[in-house]
Amino acid sequence: MGPFLVKRVLTLIGTLIGASIVVFLVLEILPGNAAETMMGPDASPEAVQALTIKLGLHLPAWERYWQWIAGIFTGELGNSYAYSSPVSELMLERLTLTVPLAIMAMCLTTVLALVVGIYAAAQHNRFGDVGLMAVTQVGIAIPNFWFAILLILFFSVKLQWFSAGGFPGWSEGVAPALQSLLLPALSLAVVQAAILARITRSAVLEVMREDYVRTARAKGLSQRATLWGHVLRNAMIPVLTVMGLQAAELLAGTIVVENVFYLPGLGRLIFQSIANRDLIVVRNCVMFLATMVVVVNFFVDVLYAVIDPRVKASDI
Amino acid sequence: MSSTPIATPVAASSGSEHFLRRALRHRSFVLGGILTALLVFAAALSLVWTPWSPYEMNLPGKLQSPSAAHWLGTDVFGRDVASLLLVGARNSILVGVIAVSIGLFIGTALGLIAAARRGWVEELIMRLSDFTFAFPAILSAIMMTAVFGAGIVNAIIAIGIFNIPTFARITRASANAIWSREFVLAARACGKGPWSITFDHVLPNVMSVLTVQITIRFAIAILAEAALSYLGLGTQPPEPSWGRMLAEAQTLLFQAPQLAVFPGVTIALAVLGLNLMGDGLRDLMDPRLARKR
Repeated sequence: MGPFLVKRVLTLIGTLIGASIVVFLVLEILPGNAAETMMGPDASPEAVQALTIKLGLHLPAWERYWQWIAGIFTGELGNSYAYSSPVSELMLERLTLTVPLAIMAMCLTTVLALVVGIYAAAQHNRFGDVGLMAVTQVGIAIPNFWFAILLILFFSVKLQWFSAGGFPGWSEGVAPALQSLLLPALSLAVVQAAILARITRSAVLEVMREDYVRTARAKGLSQRATLWGHVLRNAMIPVLTVMGLQAAELLAGTIVVENVFYLPGLGRLIFQSIANRDLIVVRNCVMFLATMVVVVNFFVDVLYAVIDPRVKASDI
Repeated sequence: MSSTPIATPVAASSGSEHFLRRALRHRSFVLGGILTALLVFAAALSLVWTPWSPYEMNLPGKLQSPSAAHWLGTDVFGRDVASLLLVGARNSILVGVIAVSIGLFIGTALGLIAAARRGWVEELIMRLSDFTFAFPAILSAIMMTAVFGAGIVNAIIAIGIFNIPTFARITRASANAIWSREFVLAARACGKGPWSITFDHVLPNVMSVLTVQITIRFAIAILAEAALSYLGLGTQPPEPSWGRMLAEAQTLLFQAPQLAVFPGVTIALAVLGLNLMGDGLRDLMDPRLARKR
């Protein structure tokens, strides 16, 4: 376990450093002086110069990069121009929406996918299996923002059960906040659940073909007992890996879905900041998302190695 | 009709005929093929004819329900929805073809080089492509279009760049398997160089895997373009785009809910068709299944 873990941690750090460089460089390419853009065309050259120095844009690139990285560790991320407040505060505020949203979506995805996938595998080649697989095929093809719009159309416009967007904040009470996150979480979850359900089904079917399952049944173990005792634990291995990859998709999906529902979350912040050319915010938020993705994948890899000892031996 | 029909043995058909016959019996492939053909047909048709001009505005006639004159109704500017969808199909295919081509040519080349060269070249290429895992594609596409400007060209480039690692990874995995096959070892023993081995032996054998991947990535490209256009970063007005039609429709859910349905259905059908075709191709090209039939 030792050398495997060390190698994975080193890869993690390397990827994060590389990601930060890429993020920094991409925003460097932005044409035009950022201070000029922010102040507008009518600003006097002195004002632009003052802002340039205030933002530290006159310093060489590698020095600014180093300042930024050092700032991450001290929690000093700079101030947003558009909102005139510290970026760290801004991000934390937005995260109080995006994190619960992502968790809700992940839970919905997992529950839906596992139920559908295992049931379909148990009903292999019968109507349940074929029907559910047709449904998942459609689920994969649907854009998540269109599903979101359909949900709004049905539940907000026609049935008036939910509001069409917006977030009341946690101070109004947990229930209204969760209610406003339900439709967004559902639209994120459906597409991912469709993909995960198909993978769950094929993983379960694959394991059910194994000899040890046949032996268990031959010994007299019921279908249900083999399923729970033997099949599921082994089938979960590929499923967990995919779930880790889906965490990235989910976070990316929040960018679009938060725009559909006008939710003041991290995804919407990134989008608006890019439009506002608020580079400081963009840089930190993108880095945050990338870090989340890389860290989640890291934990999935380690978990995978813990569950399946063969992985450690082969991946050196 | 004779009373005792005798089964006459049929001469073995050629490889491609056999493949075509198997293909036509495969449900997913047929259904996917039909949907994809419809998509291509719609795009091609839009080049010569649409029921109305998709650019012609007619404000007095806006937000009409489907009727005999306007089969799917009109949008907020009075433009015919059916015509918009047809031209939108053309744009979606354009994005799909170019974006996938970028990924295909560059990614496959990188994958083949990685498999042929091995050593640090392979390691470098694979690390770079693993590295792109950290950035969800939509996020990077948004950043790129924001930095370099919104529009269909930049959207295509952004989506295309994200196809490169996928094709590189798949090509390399496939190519590695072929490099260890005996006929390649024999070729090497005869003194054949790595480049001619790559072109003569490796490339033809990875084609089947690549074909499947092309359909899948095409579907993903269509979804990505729709998402970017929805956010306003893809195809710009007045060019029609399915994604942007959905964004416009969202503001009119009370007045004209049908506007939110039609573009989404076309996106879903196009993606579904390509996915089914890709699944079908994968099954058909799988040698295990081929032997069973």
